[in-house]
Formats: sequence, structure tokens, C-alpha cells
Amino acid sequence: MSLSSSSDRGSSRRSQMAGVVYSQAFRSAFYQVVLAIFVLLAGYYLYSNVVENLCAQNIATGFRFLSEVSQFEIGERLINYSARDSYFRALVVGLLNTLAVSGVGIIVATILGFTVGIARSSSNLLLKKLAGCYVEIVRNIPVILQVIFWSVVIRNLPPPRGAVELWGAGFLSNRGLTVAMPNTHPSHGWMLVALVAGIILSIITAGFIRRRNDATGKHVDSLWVSLLLIAGLPLLVWLFSGAPLGMSIPERKGFSFSGGSTLSPEFVALLLGISMYASGFIAEIVRSGIQATPRGQIEAAKTIGLKPWYITRYIVLPQALRVIVPPLTSQYVSLSKNSSIAVVVGYPDLVNIGNTVMNQTGQAVEAVAIMIVVYLSISVVTSLVMNFYNRLVAIKER
Amino acid sequence: MARSEILEHHAELPPVLASGPWRWMHRHFFSSVGQTFLTIVVAAITIRTLWFLLQWAVLDAVWVASGPQACRDAAGACWAVIVEKHRPILFGMYPYDQHWRLVLMIVIYLTTVIASLTPACWKRSILIPMWIAAVTAITVLMFGGVFGLPYVPTSEWGGLPLTIILFTGSVLFGMPIAVLLALGRRSPLPVARGLSVVFIESLRGVPLITILFVAVNIFPLFLPAGMEVNKLLRITLSIAVFFACYQAEVIRGGLQAIPRGQYEAAASLNMTYWQTTLRIILPQALRICLPAMTNHIIAAMKNTSFVIIIGLFDILTATTAVMQDPLWRQFYIEAYLFVALIYLVFGLALSMYARRVESWVAVGRI
Repeated sequence: MSLSSSSDRGSSRRSQMAGVVYSQAFRSAFYQVVLAIFVLLAGYYLYSNVVENLCAQNIATGFRFLSEVSQFEIGERLINYSARDSYFRALVVGLLNTLAVSGVGIIVATILGFTVGIARSSSNLLLKKLAGCYVEIVRNIPVILQVIFWSVVIRNLPPPRGAVELWGAGFLSNRGLTVAMPNTHPSHGWMLVALVAGIILSIITAGFIRRRNDATGKHVDSLWVSLLLIAGLPLLVWLFSGAPLGMSIPERKGFSFSGGSTLSPEFVALLLGISMYASGFIAEIVRSGIQATPRGQIEAAKTIGLKPWYITRYIVLPQALRVIVPPLTSQYVSLSKNSSIAVVVGYPDLVNIGNTVMNQTGQAVEAVAIMIVVYLSISVVTSLVMNFYNRLVAIKER
Repeated sequence: MARSEILEHHAELPPVLASGPWRWMHRHFFSSVGQTFLTIVVAAITIRTLWFLLQWAVLDAVWVASGPQACRDAAGACWAVIVEKHRPILFGMYPYDQHWRLVLMIVIYLTTVIASLTPACWKRSILIPMWIAAVTAITVLMFGGVFGLPYVPTSEWGGLPLTIILFTGSVLFGMPIAVLLALGRRSPLPVARGLSVVFIESLRGVPLITILFVAVNIFPLFLPAGMEVNKLLRITLSIAVFFACYQAEVIRGGLQAIPRGQYEAAASLNMTYWQTTLRIILPQALRICLPAMTNHIIAAMKNTSFVIIIGLFDILTATTAVMQDPLWRQFYIEAYLFVALIYLVFGLALSMYARRVESWVAVGRI
């Protein structure tokens, strides 16, 4: 009652004003302006505090420190580096180490995860339950605990003299994992180029074959052509460069090994920890992918007389991949983010070296900013690639 | 051919719905030659491994020992190391004669949590007073300084209670932030939406460690000179915000599952945005995504172990420190297994509970 009587008494101008104030558009604009001003003011306040504090502590801002001499050694590196090099180069060494451990980790986690995931959807109850136990154990124990555990286990292994022999292909000792490696040969670089070329070519031919199949009504499976291109091109390069077969096989020699190449204890511990942890999640993703195809579809395919391989290739696999690939990619990203715990075992990854740089120079803001930018770009690139892939495999509806 | 003839020649008998232990064994273990072979190989490996584990962990194990020598002489596990070191592992550097406070704290905590997970207690009139009482009691017990309890600063807290505080604190602070972020991301206001998207995506894109580095090394720079925020609080908040960004995406999924009609019905009753959100939308959305939210709650528990990097004495850091003792160092496997078991038990209990809640939701009990 009071509301209507007050509006009755108000002048027309006031009710117009009220109309504006109570309108949806005005209010949403008003809230947004308030929010934006609040965020800007808070940001400015924090920024001015940072500047003031840095001035008080006599820390120069900016990235000039990157060109200064680092004065620390890094045990593991993929490019040349010494204590006389710059901080920038040290960080690049760290980034490459991050990429190395994540890359190998992704391969190991994928193999482990697919094996366990397939075992988990097996019709054999024993295998299924065992795989289930593995998944529950590796998923529920924090990844840091797993990494520390493996690092202590490796440190307590016997020295090279009593090293555990792995089927003649390598040794496991407190120096890490020593494995047989092909001798370096100039053809290896070209084989890598051939692999990349094979992948690109196979994508192009797959599109071509699909269009031709659609146009002619004949059926050629692009999968075989793709596999032939991807595996065949590097093999061809290898054959043409004289098929170099030289392997460097490790042997015990005194207190150490000769031959082979050694993965450091830190690398092996980190690799085992992060890839086993991820494999538990990947196994669950694979299981859900395998279960994604309803039984009815498989029965329908059998009814129209499709052979088992065709059922797998054209009915189960496409639907499974649609379910598997997006979460699988996010597992890969989280695996590479988990590699940042390298600092607990002393593996010199980006975060570990960034931490050292931060402690030496006091440039905390800049060092952390570098880490954030690097990881953010990894995530952004991955999600762009994912979006592209999703558009490719998404259900095409009319 | 006559119809009866076709039936006679081609019709199969209906499948026998056989049951019983032999049929069950046949179906699951011995359905074909390959399956039988697989079963035998896997069973042989499993039995050997289990027998080895049984010997190591139970039959040959040393449970109580006066010193590490008894363990070195035995072939099995040395559980005596847990008996010997359980107090520094579980309670860290907290003053030794005050450990009873931590035991009491854990008892209060577990009672409160178990009560909160029981549907009979899901009433505002029970949950809110219960949690206020529990948090007050735990704060008094941990800090002391009143009722004749000696004061213990946060820098001396450690072990399982610290893990519990980090975990609970990050969930309690994180859930409201998550709800706000999820609402922000679904908001019709472009500024709120943009800010939420940038915040969520940039935190989800970086590892937790970088956020902890920000909390420990950079956050003090943000504050005016002379002002300080407790390190434990800063770290709890940063794990909370990290948790909130993941949880916000789950809640967004729940919000998207609410049909338009619910919003329209609320609007036709002239409910405001906040009335609609708090009374109509959120209760349904949170119920839908409860199982998925549990996954991130378990992840938050595992994430507390990241504090080892910035030197907080949680249960893992405490164990690592205890295992530096040269006398007992070689029994590290037992110590880490003990800690792993604690995480495993809590994690499995939570996920089993989530599965149960899922079935309650399915039958419409909640």
C-alpha cells in the first residue's frame, strides 16, 4: 500500500527517474561499472604496494637480470650450459627438462593407462579386479608422495656393482636407470623429419581418400595408408642411410657402467611417480570410452553382417575416441603440470630452476611470472588444438 | 518348407539361464581356452605376490622392537619404526607434552565430519551450530593461550592435524568462492562473466606450485608495509582458490543442467536474482554435481601435500624429516606406506560415500 501511495504522490519526473533506476538495463550497467571500478581500484592498490615495497627493499623491477651470469651449475641438461651462462639460458635448460620429462611421461602413462584400462574392461573377473585395485591405489595416493617414494627407493638400490639387471637391456642401480641406446647417427635427425612429414602427409591423404570414397562409392580404409606413411617414411630414410644398427649396450665396469645411456635417479623417480599417477586416471578414461558404444549398436552391426574388425574400426573406435580424447588431453596437460613437483627430488625442471633464480636474485615477481606464462601457454596451445580436434570428430548433425 | 519344419530345423532352444557357482566361475574365468590360460597366469602371479606380501608384512614382520637392530635381523617389514616414530610423523613439531590436544582435535574433527555426512543431520539448524562449535573447539585446542593451555604458534603446527586443517580450510573457503565463480561465469553481465572466465582459466592453466609461490613470495609484496598475513592462512587460501576454480567448472555443469522452466517459474513468482539462485537453482544444481564435486574434494586433500615444497610440516614433510634419522632410515618403505595408507583410507572412504550419495540422488531420496 505504502508503495503505491508514494508513487501516486511523486511528480512525473520522479517516476521517470524511478523507471530508469528500476530498469533492467540501467541496473546491469550500474553493477558492471561498480564491479569494474572495484577491480581496477584493487588492482591499482596492489600494484602501488608492490612498487613501494620493491623500492623499500631496493629490488630493481624488470627482466634485465635475465642476461646476468647465473653462477650455478645444472646437473642435467639437453643443451650446453655452464655456470658462466646467463639466467635466461638456465631457464631454457629448465624448460627443456620440463618438456623432456613430460614427453616421456606422457608416453609411459599412455601405455600403462591403456593396458590397465583395457584390463579393467576385460571379461575376466580376476584381471578386472586387479586393474581396479591398481587404479584405486595410484589415484588416491598424492603424486608427491609417489615421487618421493620412488626417489627413496632408487637411492637405496645397490650401487652399480650389484645393480639389478633388466633382461640384458639395462641396469637399475642407485645411479639411476642405464639402458641400451642406438649409437647416434646423422640419419636420426632425418628420420624425425620423415616422421613429421609422414604425419602431415597422412592427414592430407586421409582427407583425399575420404572424398574419393564418398564420390565413387568404393571403399578404401585410410587407416592403412596413414600407418604405412607414418611408419614407412622413417624406415625408408633409415634403409637409405645404410641401415645403421649400432647399439651401445651398457656393461658393468668397476664402480660404474660403460656404454648405454643413463637416466638420472631424479628423472626416473619423477617419471615413475607422475606417469603412474596419471595412468590411473587414463585407465578410467579408456574404460569409459570402451563402454561408450551401446551393446545394441554392436548387435545391430552383427545383424547386418559386418566383420568384427569393421565393427571395431567403424563403430566402436570412432565413438570411443570421441569420449576418450578430450579428457585424455587434459590428463596430459595435468601430467606436465605435475612435473613441476620436480623440486622435491631435485630434478632441474623449469620451476626448480626458476626457484633457484628467485632465491639468488630476489626477483620473485618476474621469476614466478615466467613460470606462469610458460605453463599458461602450454595450456592455451593444448586447448586450441583440442578445440580444433573436437570440431573434427564432433557428431555431424543435419 | 512348412513353418513347423523351419522351426524344427532352425530354432534353437532358448538359452538356459543357469546359475550357481560353477556357471559363475565358467562365465567369469574359464569361458574359453584363452580366458582359462589368462586366469591361470594372472592367478599364479597374484598368489605369489600376495604370499610374498603376507610374509613380508605380517609373518616375518617386527611389530615391537627395542631398537633398529631387531628389525635389521628380521626378514620382514619393520612396523616397529611406526611404533617408534608415530608421534613425530603424526604430530610434527607440535610440543611433545601437548600432543593430547591434537588427538582430541582429530576426534572432534572426525566426529563432526561423519555427522555432517549423515543425511539425518542435513538441516541448517544442526549443521551450522555444529561446525561453529567444532571450528571454535579446534581453534582453541590448536592455538591454546586460554584455559591454561600453553600458546602454540602456527609455525609449530604439523603432521596430520596440519593436513586436516589445510584440507578442511581449503574446502570451507573454496566452496563459496567456487559457487560465486560459477555464477559469475553464467551471469548475464558481460563484465562479471569476463572476469570469472579469465580468473578460472588462468588459475586452471598453471600448476599449484606457482600459486603457492605467489602466496609465499609475492603476496607479502601486495600488502602495505608492516602488514602481515599468517603464512598458514595464505597457503590455505591459495589452495582454496585453486580448488575453487576446478570446482566452479563442475558447478557450472550443474547449473547448465537446470531447465529454463525453473528460472521462468521463479521469475513468474517475482523472485529476485538472489532468491531464485539461492532457493531454486543452487539446491538443484549442487545436488546434480555432488558426485563430481567429491572428486575435486579428494583432489584438494591430495593437493595439501604440495606444501612440502614451501616448507610447511604436513604429514608427508614430517615423515620425510623423521626418515632422516640414520638409525631408522633404512625402513623408509614402512613409513611411507603408513602415510600412503592414511591418504588411501580417507580417499577411498570419500569416493565410496560419493557413490552412495549418487544412488540416493538416483532414487530421489535427497
